[in-house]
Amino acid sequence: MIAKPSGKFLLLAPLLLFLGLAYAVPFLGVVRWSFTLPEPGIGQYKAVFSDPLVRSVFLRTLRICLIVTVASLLAAYAIAYVWVRGTRTQRMLAEFCILVPFWISVLTRAFGWLALLSNRGLINTWLQAAGIIGSPLALARNELGVIIGMTHFLIPFAVFPIASAMRSIDERVLLAARGMGASRSRIFWTVFVPLTYGGLIGAALIVFVFALGFFVTPAILGGGRSVMVAELVYLRIFQSPDWGLGAAISVILVLFIAALLALMRRFIKPAHLIG
Amino acid sequence: MRSSRPGPVILILATAVALFLLMPLVAVVPVSFTPARFLSMPTGTLSLRHYQALIENPAWAESILLSLRIGILSSFIATLLATLFGLGIWMYQPRFSALLIGFVLLPLIVPPVVSAMTLYFLMTALSAFNNWIGYDTWIGVALAHAVMITPFAVVLILVSLYQVDRRIDLAARGLGANLATRAFRVIVPNIRFGIATAALLSFVLSWEEIGVTLFITSINAITLPRLMWMGLRDNIDPAIAAISVLLIIVTALILGVRMIVERRRPNDAQ
Repeated sequence: MIAKPSGKFLLLAPLLLFLGLAYAVPFLGVVRWSFTLPEPGIGQYKAVFSDPLVRSVFLRTLRICLIVTVASLLAAYAIAYVWVRGTRTQRMLAEFCILVPFWISVLTRAFGWLALLSNRGLINTWLQAAGIIGSPLALARNELGVIIGMTHFLIPFAVFPIASAMRSIDERVLLAARGMGASRSRIFWTVFVPLTYGGLIGAALIVFVFALGFFVTPAILGGGRSVMVAELVYLRIFQSPDWGLGAAISVILVLFIAALLALMRRFIKPAHLIG
Repeated sequence: MRSSRPGPVILILATAVALFLLMPLVAVVPVSFTPARFLSMPTGTLSLRHYQALIENPAWAESILLSLRIGILSSFIATLLATLFGLGIWMYQPRFSALLIGFVLLPLIVPPVVSAMTLYFLMTALSAFNNWIGYDTWIGVALAHAVMITPFAVVLILVSLYQVDRRIDLAARGLGANLATRAFRVIVPNIRFGIATAALLSFVLSWEEIGVTLFITSINAITLPRLMWMGLRDNIDPAIAAISVLLIIVTALILGVRMIVERRRPNDAQ
């Protein structure tokens, strides 16, 4: 006797099965690689923690991610404020400036930054033509380029949770503050900003987590000189085939992010992840 | 309405951010008209040679067609699965909804490089069994893209489902409609704009996907981003600027259409 599958099962199962088979199970395969390649044991994990090169890449990654997170949050706060509280025209302009870069390929955006920052790029060409500098400034193919490119990539992701927190502020609270004689800047700093802390923390988490695992922008704008952890995984796999170490770093990254998100899960709402 | 509009300080800051966001997109335009063979600003003369190269070199057209095919198949899979899943969550509100949603969002949260390794593992395993679906095949790439873009489709569809009035479904149930009728003739028509948006945006995401594609393709399935990556890594080819300008125009058009449609249907989705 076979029970008739319930509607709940019929609707939920296809996606869960698809992701289970095409994502969760293969991920376990990667975990197994980390313990079996090139030889069984926890050698790769020991290597991750003892290798000074890997350690310096981890430290650089943390440093870049923190700088990028702070920069993205500040930038996102300003434009989100106009997107939420501006006049109709200001809101539309802000929305355009947030969404168009968001939906444009990461490659195109990284290339755009190369066109601006590289030695023969827009900025250096103009500065040299104006006689301000003699030789080109090193703006790309280094850590500065990576920070600029990643901040640009991540601002929209920071805008969504911040804007959502700003939208849910009760207008009457601000009116009450004004009614009691608070100045504009006092209302902003002591009433408005504290009411958006939740959104700020959510944004910081999303940006930090995305920045940690990102490798396309650093690979192009860092020019191999400012390697971050995700790019290290890529290099270990494609240049010095070392699947075990790549897998071990991947597992460590996932565990770190899982712990971070578990600690902070009340600040994340799925709808904040996209525009 | 709003008690306080943005003051001058925040407007100046926001303008600076807006310029920062648009700057790299604008910068590719002059580079695409450079007469030189390397990445440079045109000085004096402009040239269309890099646009011509896009037409004359068949690799570009081939990769565009391949990316279109992959995008259509993967966004179809993602939208279909995400719609069914969203309906299941919305209609039954299962006990572990948050956990289930968290699980299907994993490919979005897990670092792209880890997803890429995971999907490489999957593709090489599939290649052991057949020649059609697996490493460096277009269906393999489409499947991998479907994994990566489904979370976006799920979020978009859930957002539009949460705006549907539950009483519509209750009424249908009260009138004796069965599951299929409720799901596909009552609820789906109410979120059709959300579904269309999910399909469109997941297509765009597949069309642009590079992180995973790098790991699971080598010489046969060269998608457009993969071809661009090859031109970006070694010697920067200004043809990338020309294709970038075209891509920016297409994306801006798609978003423009979406914004217009949204404005005309203010009550449905987002």
